[in-house]
Amino acid sequence: MRAFWKQDFQAEANFSRMNRQERTSVLVPHLRLLASLFLLLMISSVAHAAKIGEIAETSWAEQALDFFALKHPAIRAAALGTLLIGFCCGTLGSFLVVRKLALLGDTLSHAVLPGVALGFLWNASKDPWAIFIGATGAGIMGVALVGWIKQTTRLKEDSAMGMVLAGFYGLGVCLTSMIQNMVMGNKSGLDKFFFGQAAALSSGDLWLLGITSSISIVLILIFYKEFLAMSFDIGFAKAVGMPVRALHYLLMALLTFAVVVSLQAVGVVLVSALLITPAAAAYLLTDRMHWMLVLAAVFGMASGILGAFTSYLSNNLPTGPLIVLGSTSIFALALVFGPRYGLLTKILRRKRQRKRIALENTLKSVFHLSENSGFTRKEFDISELAKERNQDLASTEKEIRALVAARLARNVDSEGDTEWSGKARFQLKKSGWHRACEIVRNHRLWELYLTNAAQYQSDHVHDDAEEIEHLIGEDIVQRIEERLRNPIQDPHGKLIPRRDQITA
Amino acid sequence: MQREKLIPEFDWHTVLVQPWSEYASNSLWIVLMGFLVSGTCGLVGCFVILRRMALVGDAISHSLLPGITLAFLLTHSRDTLPMMIGAIAAGALTVALIEAIRFSSRIKADAAIGIVFSSLFAVGVILISVFADKVDLDAECVLYGELGFIPLQEVAYFGDQAIGPKPVVRMAVIAVIAIVLLIAFYKEMLVTSFDAGLAASLGISPARYHYGLTLFLSIVIVSSFESVGVVLVIAMIIFPGATALLLTDRLSTALWISTALSAFYAIFGFHLATWLNASIAGGMTVIAGVLFGFVWMASPNQGLIVQYRRRQSNNNENLEPFNQEL
Repeated sequence: MRAFWKQDFQAEANFSRMNRQERTSVLVPHLRLLASLFLLLMISSVAHAAKIGEIAETSWAEQALDFFALKHPAIRAAALGTLLIGFCCGTLGSFLVVRKLALLGDTLSHAVLPGVALGFLWNASKDPWAIFIGATGAGIMGVALVGWIKQTTRLKEDSAMGMVLAGFYGLGVCLTSMIQNMVMGNKSGLDKFFFGQAAALSSGDLWLLGITSSISIVLILIFYKEFLAMSFDIGFAKAVGMPVRALHYLLMALLTFAVVVSLQAVGVVLVSALLITPAAAAYLLTDRMHWMLVLAAVFGMASGILGAFTSYLSNNLPTGPLIVLGSTSIFALALVFGPRYGLLTKILRRKRQRKRIALENTLKSVFHLSENSGFTRKEFDISELAKERNQDLASTEKEIRALVAARLARNVDSEGDTEWSGKARFQLKKSGWHRACEIVRNHRLWELYLTNAAQYQSDHVHDDAEEIEHLIGEDIVQRIEERLRNPIQDPHGKLIPRRDQITA
Repeated sequence: MQREKLIPEFDWHTVLVQPWSEYASNSLWIVLMGFLVSGTCGLVGCFVILRRMALVGDAISHSLLPGITLAFLLTHSRDTLPMMIGAIAAGALTVALIEAIRFSSRIKADAAIGIVFSSLFAVGVILISVFADKVDLDAECVLYGELGFIPLQEVAYFGDQAIGPKPVVRMAVIAVIAIVLLIAFYKEMLVTSFDAGLAASLGISPARYHYGLTLFLSIVIVSSFESVGVVLVIAMIIFPGATALLLTDRLSTALWISTALSAFYAIFGFHLATWLNASIAGGMTVIAGVLFGFVWMASPNQGLIVQYRRRQSNNNENLEPFNQEL
């Protein structure tokens, strides 16, 4: 028990030390980013609501130039807006993804709808602040309801989320249809909330976005350690006295802000994509939370710009879906080409492993040949090995060629690799012999370990050892050797080649 | 400019009597369609909830959009068959992509669902905007649907006998199929939903029933979305089952209760919408939500009130020995 506590304190100490370093490393680039974003915001505060596409009638390259030169205020507004949205949603979404709550974003984005409608009713105009307050209230209420339903009924999280999502949305649909049936309803523009149009962002919206982004980044930096602990080990967070519930609602409030301010640019359905997809792509690339946050923010911003740009190029396509497809392409790239968890890496790694195992199996057979001759012979011909391995000459020859190519063996008769015959002779090089001894040692040690330490029958251990011999490394071998007191013979009475004996 | 009131006066006559005296046939079709949609969704929904697939249903309902849009672009018709095929293909693609992402990477199910459905939905919206002049669909009609238009739909004929609006007839057929399938595979669905291991040991393949349910779910969703819209289909799938499961421990009873609830939603939702001059599907969802809230509070075995009382009496009992000692 005491050891356990000690361990815990140790972990906690490491934790806070690590975080101080991480915080400084996260802080600097973020602040710089924030400063430049605000500069952009100030420049573009005169933004007009207009479809970005309408401005352009020139060639492709010129349009691209126009876009990135940020000449037109509407372009500036759209670019800045999508950047901020990507940044905000990417960072906050990371916490959802690691907590396996990804679809809470979807729930939130639907649940804010009645709030949007009520905010609109407040003074019968598209006043961003009234809508913002109404929507935030509705969102937080929705999240609280999900938690409450989950706690007090037998219904699982997914049903609770589905009910809140659909129930609130139904209420919202009712309210909006009522508003649209009222006389002043026609120009309400509430439909913008469903699909979004980045070019329609007003300067008020941009300010709201900028403020939300900066509030959330500041709060994330302040409570980084707490959010981190809460995301990965909620029991630990509670045990060290963090106000877990308050933090949860703080995060949810931030998320609601982000969802509400993004709604107009990307629409109800697709906000959740911006929360999930960039963060998931980042999750495929790194194991560290602070890197994940940075990557997710970068991916979010990249897909935002990509979406705004393609929307600009393609004249009148809605921005939201294009941003989503931008982030999906980033995700797909990370899924396939990710250096650590990518599919391609996995396939290559598996291929390399299979090749290594094949080489090691050949080496082992050569060891057996040598052992059968009482370790007197060193040169063998291919037909002998084929007999030992129970396969035809052609495939055996291929295996030997692989050994030669890996510089583990050499052809005795000729150095060139021209015509080989069944009589062609080969010899293991020193490195090859070492490796062969290691594999045989791993195999026999494991057999002995299973019979002696795990009480297996000695005729049941071969298959298991056949697998494990390729996988265990020197440290495990050493521990087994210590445990078995440096044994000499395996359960079948054969020699276990020791490290210092491996010279031959 | 004159501003009407948001909530009109509740007038007994216009809300409750007039629909049935003056527009009886229209009201009948609307309520019947509402009942068929929510009843069928509710039956499927009980299993969906038990299998924790609620959000898969949400995903499928969104990703149907590119499926039906493509079907429409290829066949230039709004016939049932191509739409169904498009929808089923989209549903299958959704499930396949979700599973593929889950099994090939460290991404968990929830994030995979979110990524897949939002991307497919985005593809659908873009398809519709690119081919806006050729597509007679708009994304909003898919999102909302409108039950009120049901009586205006083309009428289906059986021989020369007019039966009713086409969507209603189609939904009725689906409902009958659902009931037949339910009776035929009740035992298998029961076992696979509660104990996949037991099912496998009895020789019932859980995977086969899982995919079967998913397939049927996409069929039900595609035939419902026209009238209640993509998101509210989810309400009709989850609410009846979830409410019923708070009232009973038996699946067969839950199925009956969910059907009764669906009738309730259809009738009261219709009247609520008439009163407030709002979307009928929205009204049904609001009724469903209110009813769930009520059952959640007052359910005889699992309600909040009972839970509270039980906790109180527990506390008293636990204190009893101490009180006596004192």
